[in-house]
Order: sequence, then structure tokens, then C-alpha cells
Amino acid sequence: MEEIYAKFVSQKISKTRWRPVPPGSLQTADTFAAGSWDNEENYVSLWSIGDFGNLDSDGGFEGDHQLLCDIRHHGDVMDLQFFDQERIVAASSTGCVTVFLHHPNNQTLSVSQQWTAAHYHTGPGSPSCGSAPCTGVVCSNPEIVTVGEDGRINLFRADHKEAVRTIDNADSSTLHAVTFLRTPEILTVNSIGQLKIWDFRKQGNEPSQILSLTGDRVPLHCVDRHPNQQHVVATGGQDGMLSIWDVRQGTMPVSLLKAHEAEMWEVHFHPSNPDHLFTCSEDGSLWHWDASTDVPEKSSLFNQGGRNSTFLSHSISNQAGVHQSLISSWLSTDPAKDRIEITSLLPSRTLSVNSLDVLGPCLVCGTDSEAIYVTRQLFS
Amino acid sequence: MREVLIPGVNSKKKQMCFDWGPGEMLVCETSFNKKEESETKPGCPFIYIIRKDIDVYSQILRKLFNESHGIFVGLQRIEEELTGKSRKAQLVRVSKNYRSVIRACMEEMHQVAIAAKDPAIGRQFSSQVSILSAMELIWNLCEILFIEVAPAGALLLHLLDWVRLHVCEVDSLLADVLGSENPSKHDSFWKLVTILVLQGRLDEARQMLSKEADASPSSAGMCRILGDLMRTMPVLSPGNTQTLTELELKWQHWHEECERHLQDSTFASSPHLESLCKIMLGDEAALLEQKELLNNWYHFLVTRLLYSHPTVKPIDLHLYAQSSLDLFLGGESSPEPLDNILLAAFEFDIHQVIKECSIALSNWWFVAHLTDLLDHCKLLQSHNLYFGSNMREFLLLEYASGLFAHHSLWQLGVDYFDYCPELGRVSLELHIERIPLSTEQKALKVLRICEQRQMTEQVRSICKILAMNAVRNNRLGSALSWSIRAKDAAFATLVSDRFLKDYCERGSFSDLDLIDNLGPAMMLSDRLTFLGKYREFHRFYGEKRLTDAASLLLSLMTSQIAPRSFWVILLIDALPLLEEKEVVFSAEQTYELMRCLEDFASRRPVWREPGVQRIQEDVENTKLEMLRLALARNLGRAIIKEGSLEGS
Repeated sequence: MEEIYAKFVSQKISKTRWRPVPPGSLQTADTFAAGSWDNEENYVSLWSIGDFGNLDSDGGFEGDHQLLCDIRHHGDVMDLQFFDQERIVAASSTGCVTVFLHHPNNQTLSVSQQWTAAHYHTGPGSPSCGSAPCTGVVCSNPEIVTVGEDGRINLFRADHKEAVRTIDNADSSTLHAVTFLRTPEILTVNSIGQLKIWDFRKQGNEPSQILSLTGDRVPLHCVDRHPNQQHVVATGGQDGMLSIWDVRQGTMPVSLLKAHEAEMWEVHFHPSNPDHLFTCSEDGSLWHWDASTDVPEKSSLFNQGGRNSTFLSHSISNQAGVHQSLISSWLSTDPAKDRIEITSLLPSRTLSVNSLDVLGPCLVCGTDSEAIYVTRQLFS
Repeated sequence: MREVLIPGVNSKKKQMCFDWGPGEMLVCETSFNKKEESETKPGCPFIYIIRKDIDVYSQILRKLFNESHGIFVGLQRIEEELTGKSRKAQLVRVSKNYRSVIRACMEEMHQVAIAAKDPAIGRQFSSQVSILSAMELIWNLCEILFIEVAPAGALLLHLLDWVRLHVCEVDSLLADVLGSENPSKHDSFWKLVTILVLQGRLDEARQMLSKEADASPSSAGMCRILGDLMRTMPVLSPGNTQTLTELELKWQHWHEECERHLQDSTFASSPHLESLCKIMLGDEAALLEQKELLNNWYHFLVTRLLYSHPTVKPIDLHLYAQSSLDLFLGGESSPEPLDNILLAAFEFDIHQVIKECSIALSNWWFVAHLTDLLDHCKLLQSHNLYFGSNMREFLLLEYASGLFAHHSLWQLGVDYFDYCPELGRVSLELHIERIPLSTEQKALKVLRICEQRQMTEQVRSICKILAMNAVRNNRLGSALSWSIRAKDAAFATLVSDRFLKDYCERGSFSDLDLIDNLGPAMMLSDRLTFLGKYREFHRFYGEKRLTDAASLLLSLMTSQIAPRSFWVILLIDALPLLEEKEVVFSAEQTYELMRCLEDFASRRPVWREPGVQRIQEDVENTKLEMLRLALARNLGRAIIKEGSLEGS
């Protein structure tokens, strides 16, 4: 974690997302998308971190990310997801969901599809002409699921003009984020601390399962599912707590970890190295959680107490042998707690870190202090 | 003072009206004519917003604001305990960070200016570049004089660096000359050598001279002598332990040697070399001949000091500065604002520097940050304004207000207000209420700012706004959540009533996910408690926990928690329980129910008018009769059951 590049971009960044690398390719991440918010004019932009090497004539920093192209976006960019290599889905505070298409030949972005009133209020005196911010979007080709402040869930399919399925009043409060659990099932988190599982095969507007934090109803802002173990889910809340859930059992989180001092805006398991987890927060911090068991030398250096437990769990996992991959390091709760190593990735506290994304050895995050940070050596 | 032309508005014909905002001003035409003209022409139909601080809206300067915000916050956290050297070193580092941000901005602005296709826009950017460059120049000088507080000797070295940094055309010229085939025959060869000498870059000048010596053997001897003079000029080197007196003595000897050479007419055959020698003697006339190469009076000042008073004391600087300015301008032109600012700095008059900068520059960024830094150097303690608090705070408040006027940069302003001990909080309270809450996410960010600072009044009002919006949007669940967060009992009651009304109309509850999970928040208001408990009754009933349901229902009435208007519904809800096969209400409970019923019946409003209400009354009377009957039957069954239980 030595080299982290910061670039000030003159707009507050609400979302940053890596473009997925083609499956099976050895390529590393080289392009990311960013969305801005709270500007008079907001933009969705594409950036490259590729080596410009000799192209860089005017002595710019090598490794600095460069703007490829951008396009106006109506309203704040509330969420951003890559649909495939070329298409980006953006959720707007105007309730609109837009699919942007990237033309690599002439480096431009264009609107390829748009659902203008995906989210709306039905009240008699709605102040903003009925539109409601769309707060989250998730894609799994060809499906796109969006959630909003109107408590509505939409299921879109690329190339379909109308929503394939809409669940009105799915939630009495604001839905903050959504992710896929298994293909026809999605997970949503809301502003009263509930985690709901929805099955699109079922009719009606009732969730198939509700999990919730105890009585406090602390709003949940983000959710991510373990890439290999689909029952393991991480959420982040308004109080900055990280909760790990096992959706197969119980209605309560398996563990609650004290983390940030303010809203946790995003949580992400590392897609190929899921013992690593990343969180960012309104308090201006970006954390790397390392729950991999093979860090005995580190813990013995810094933490005498942690030595034994590390050793123990290490030997257990050795005995478990082939089963090791089945035991999630995130669910083996209490004895493991002191094994989780947390590193802060940003050099100094800034304003809120709104978004982060990890892919391979690369990490990108965007902040309210109008800077985008990129590192290409996460595990050095 | 500045004149702003608003297109379409004619202030000669119509009277204008205006209103001040925190960072902006509203201006429009009134319907009053200026003179008593009878014709009433239609005026300008628009209201104009006039922005005070236009620099806030520059895309490139935004980077300056954002990046310097981080430095500012870091500076405020520098520990007060740090004293002496380490503290000074840290402050100098902060100052250099600020300057590097200015330079980065300047660089980018310069690139944009070059790339601009429209020459007018290019000029606009170029003028911004020169403003930024002036800011950096002033800041650098202030850093040397006020923060570094360099002593005699070292002071001149710093000033030389300062001049070299800002008069930088020489480097491209140097590359140009050295790159040519025959450097000493280059047109600008002597110009280059002169500039190098003027800037005190004697090593480089010597190298150039040796090139000339190689090219023309006739002047080789003279070049060598002058080169030796350059080499032997005593300078203070940072690592050296030599004292100032030693240096002065050595310098005196060297100076005399130079003078001897001039008197002996060593360089008489080469006017170039002779003028160089004169410069090295600090000869004012010779220096002034090079006016064009010197560019400006402060370069003249530093060169003059270098070759005539190398160990100048800070306290004497202003004498030389004033005379250099006078000599350089020679009465031909009057000093510009920048000159006055630099002069004030040389006079160590910090307040004058800040005052002049405030007038000359178009934004508050510079003065606010510089003043804050100087305040951290404990240089401004004694100065208090007759309004507001001190100067530092006044300038920071102005800057932060400008940021708050911007739709996007307001978040930066918060930290500046935080570090204004006297009026910062009130200002923040006033400004934060004016932030438009377009999405919940934005509202949450504003809320977090308020909560961190215990601004309870603002927290309440934000939650209330959001709750109101939610009610308007028919999002009762959201509305309830927000009023719970605000601990706003009155609003929670209002929302609960809406829920109950919806229930009466539809016969079922909405938003069960919230109502079923109220927890302790239920106690916020009586109505909310009733809503939660009433829903609990429905749940008990649905789960066939009839005795629990019955006692809960009864307690809702006896505890007076249920609103009067709802009693009929509660009593009717008791009917199916009374009609159950098993006896649910005990005899005692039945008595209480009867008491409730009669209590309700007696307090019913008496219908005076005939008509529709008459029918309603009939319906209600029928209900009451049915209830009375059911209660009586239940009472009988209960007595029998209880009696037989006791008996057995």
C-alpha cells in the first residue's frame, strides 16, 4: 500500500466502479467509471489508469488516472454499475435510470436506454413532481434491479421498454441498497435497519424473509454478498458498524464489528480474495479488513495476545484441510475477531469517502473533497 | 468597489431594489420611474442574482479550495505544545504546501490558457494565471519574512531563491543558448550572462564565460580574471559555522579587489565584462542600465543587496526596499497594488499586507488562509477589530460564507466555521439551514454535520422537513421514522393518526415492517404507543392468543391511552372475543368493559339536528345495544365458569 494516487477533479464524486475485465482474461483493471453529485451539472465519466508512458509528454505523473470521456447526467448520480464491458447503468436522484454506452473507438459516451420515471411518489402534494430518488441499482445481465426512496423495487431487462416486474410499496421506509443473492433472489437494506430477501418467482409484495438488527432500527446503507459463499452477507450502517449476516439462519447478524465513526457508505468483499473486505465512510476513512488466517508473523509482532488465537485457528484450518474453503473466515466469529487486521488506506482524513470499488490488485475511491484516489498495489 | 453591468436592466430609467443574501445579492427593477415620466414602459421582468465571489465558480480554482481545505484542517490540528524549532519547521512546511497547491493550480490554468481556442477565453485564463502568480509571490515573501524569520545573511539567500523562482524565463534562455552550435556567438549570450549575474547564479555565469574564453583567445585573460572574482565571492553556506563578522570581513576584501580591477581598467577593452564587474560591485547606475533584464524593482532590490549589503538585517530591509522602488520607477510611473503589498511586507506591516491584498484580490481564499497561518505563528495576537471578533476569524467567516453560497462547495465551509471560536457556530447554524435537501442522502450528510456539533435545533428542523416531505408523498413509514429520529412527539402523533385513519378506511394496516418493529421508540408519543399496541392486539388475535388480546384491548381503554374517537372501534373489536365459544373475558374484565361502554355512551355528543346524523346515531345505537347484549351474555357465562371452577 505505498502508492496511492490522488487527483482532484472539480466535482464531488458519489460513485466509482471498475469496468469488469473480460472473463478468463489475464488483464488487470484499467478503466473505471465515476459519477458526481450535488453539482449544478453532474457527470458520468470514464477514467483510465493505463500506462500512458511515452504518451505523457508534459511531465504528468505516471500512474495518474486520466479522463477518457464524460457525459451530462440529469440529477445526482446515486448509484452506478457496469452492465457489461460497454454499458453503464446510472441511478439518478430524479428517479430516472439510464444506460450509457461507451464507444471505445472515438471515446464517447451516449445514452442507449432510459427509464425516466422508474421511481416516483404518489402523494397528492409531492413537491418534486412526484419523482423519487433512485438509490440503488444492481445488474446481472440481462437483468437490472433498482430500488428507491419510494420503497419501490423495479426489475428491468435490457432492451425491454417497460419494467418486467415492479413491487410497489415493497418497503415502508427508504430502500438504500440492493444486491443479488441467488439469481431470482435479491437482498435490500432499508432505513430502519432491516435486511429483506425478495424472490421474484413469488407474486405479491411481501419479502420472503426479513432480518433485522435489534430494536435500535439503525439505518443500513450498504450491502454486499460474499462472492463464493452466497449466504454470507455484509452490511454497513448509519452508526458505522459492520454487520456480518448468515442469511441461512437466524434473523440477527452473526457479528457486529465496531468500525467507522459515521455512516458507512459502502462495503465490498474482494471479488477474488474474499477474506479481504473494504469499507468507506462519511467520516472520511477507507478501511481494509483482512481476515485471512495466514498472517501469524504479523500478529505476533504487534499483538502478543493475538498470537495464540492466530496459531490455534491456523492449525484448525490445517486440520480441516479440504474443508477450509467451506468455513468462511467471516462467520467464525468471536475467536477470530482479533485476527482481523484493519488498515486505513487513505493518508489523511478528508471529507466523506462516498464510494469504493476493488478489482484484482486495484482499488478506486471517490470523495466529497472532489478527489479520486487510485492504488494498483493493494496486496504489496 | 466594482461596477457590474447587468444586461437588460436600465438603472437610469427605473429605480432598482436589492436584497443581500449571505453570498449573493438579488437585484430587480421596481415599477417606480426615476423621473416623473408619465409613460410607464414595461421594465425588465427578471430578478437577477449577483454573485459576490465569482472565483468560487472557477472549475480549476475548485481544486485549490479543496486541496487547501485539507492543509487548513491539518494546520488547525498542529499541537499547541510544539514550540521552538519543530513548530517553526512545521509551519514552514504548511506554508510550502499551500504554495505548491497554488503553483499546481497555476500550472493547470496555464495549460488551459494555451489550449483555449477562443483568444478572449485564453486571455481570461492568462489573467488568472498572473493573479495566481502574484499570490504565490506575496505568499513566498511572507513565508520568508514572517514564518521563516530568517536572520541576517540567511535572509539574503532566501530572497535570492525567491527572485529566482519568480523570474524564471532565464532557464529557457539558458537551454536555448547552450543548445546552439556556438553558444558564445548566440545573440542572447551576453544577455544570458548578465541575467545569471543579476540573479547571483555565479557558477553558471562562470561556465558561460569559459565558453567565451575558448571561442575568443583575445579576451580569455579577462574572462579568467572575472571568473576568478566570481568564484571567490564569499557567500554564506548553510552548513558553514563561519560567523557573520568573518563573512563581512572576507566580503569587504573581495569587494575591494573587484574595485581595484575596475580602477586598473582591467576590463576596459570589453564593455560587456566591465558592466558585469560594475554589477558585481553593486553599482546602482550599472544595475539600472539592466532595467529590462531585471523586470521589476524587487529583483533590483535583491541584486543590489547581494552585491552591496549581503548581510542585510531584516530590520533594514524596508529602507532599501523603498529606495529601490523609487530608483527603479524613477518617477515615471506610480507603484501598482502588488508593489504596495510587497513594500508593506518588507516593512513588516502584516496588517497592511492583508488589507491591500483584500482590496486587490478578487477572492477571500488568499487572505483567509494567509492570515490564519500567520495567526498560528502568533503574529496577529494584538490586533482586534472593532466589529465581530479578530481579523483571522473575520476573514475565515467571509471565505466560508462564500463557499456556502456555492451549491456544491458548502461542505468545505463547515470546517472553516468550526475553527472560528467566536462566531463560527452561529454562522454555521444560519447557513446550514439554507442547504436544500434534495435527497435523503444529502439530508443525512447535513444531519451528520449538525449531530456532530450538537446542533439539536437544526437536527429537529431537518428531520421535520423530511418528515413533512414524506407525509406529502404518502410515505407514512418514512415520515414516522423521521419523526422518531427527531424525537418529535407532536409529529409522531400526527403521523400515527394518519395510520389509524387509513386503518379505519381500509380495515388493514400498512407499513407493518415498521410498526411491528417500533421497540422502545413506541413511547415517543401516546398516540404512537396506542398505534403500536393496537397493532399488537391484532397480532395476538391473528395468532389466536385470545386472552392476551382481550386484556390488551381492555388496558388500551382503561389506561386512557386510546383516543376517544377510537373507542367505538375498540368496543366493536371486543365483540368477536365476546362471542368466542370459550369464555375470554373474565367477569371482572367484563364489568370493566361495561363501565367503559357506559362511560363512552354517556359522553357521546348529543345530536341536535335531524337528518343524516340521525341515521348515524341509529346505527351507533344499534351497535351499542348489540354490545350490551353480548356483554351481558358473556358476563353470565363468565360467572358460571368462574363459579364452577371455584366449586370444583
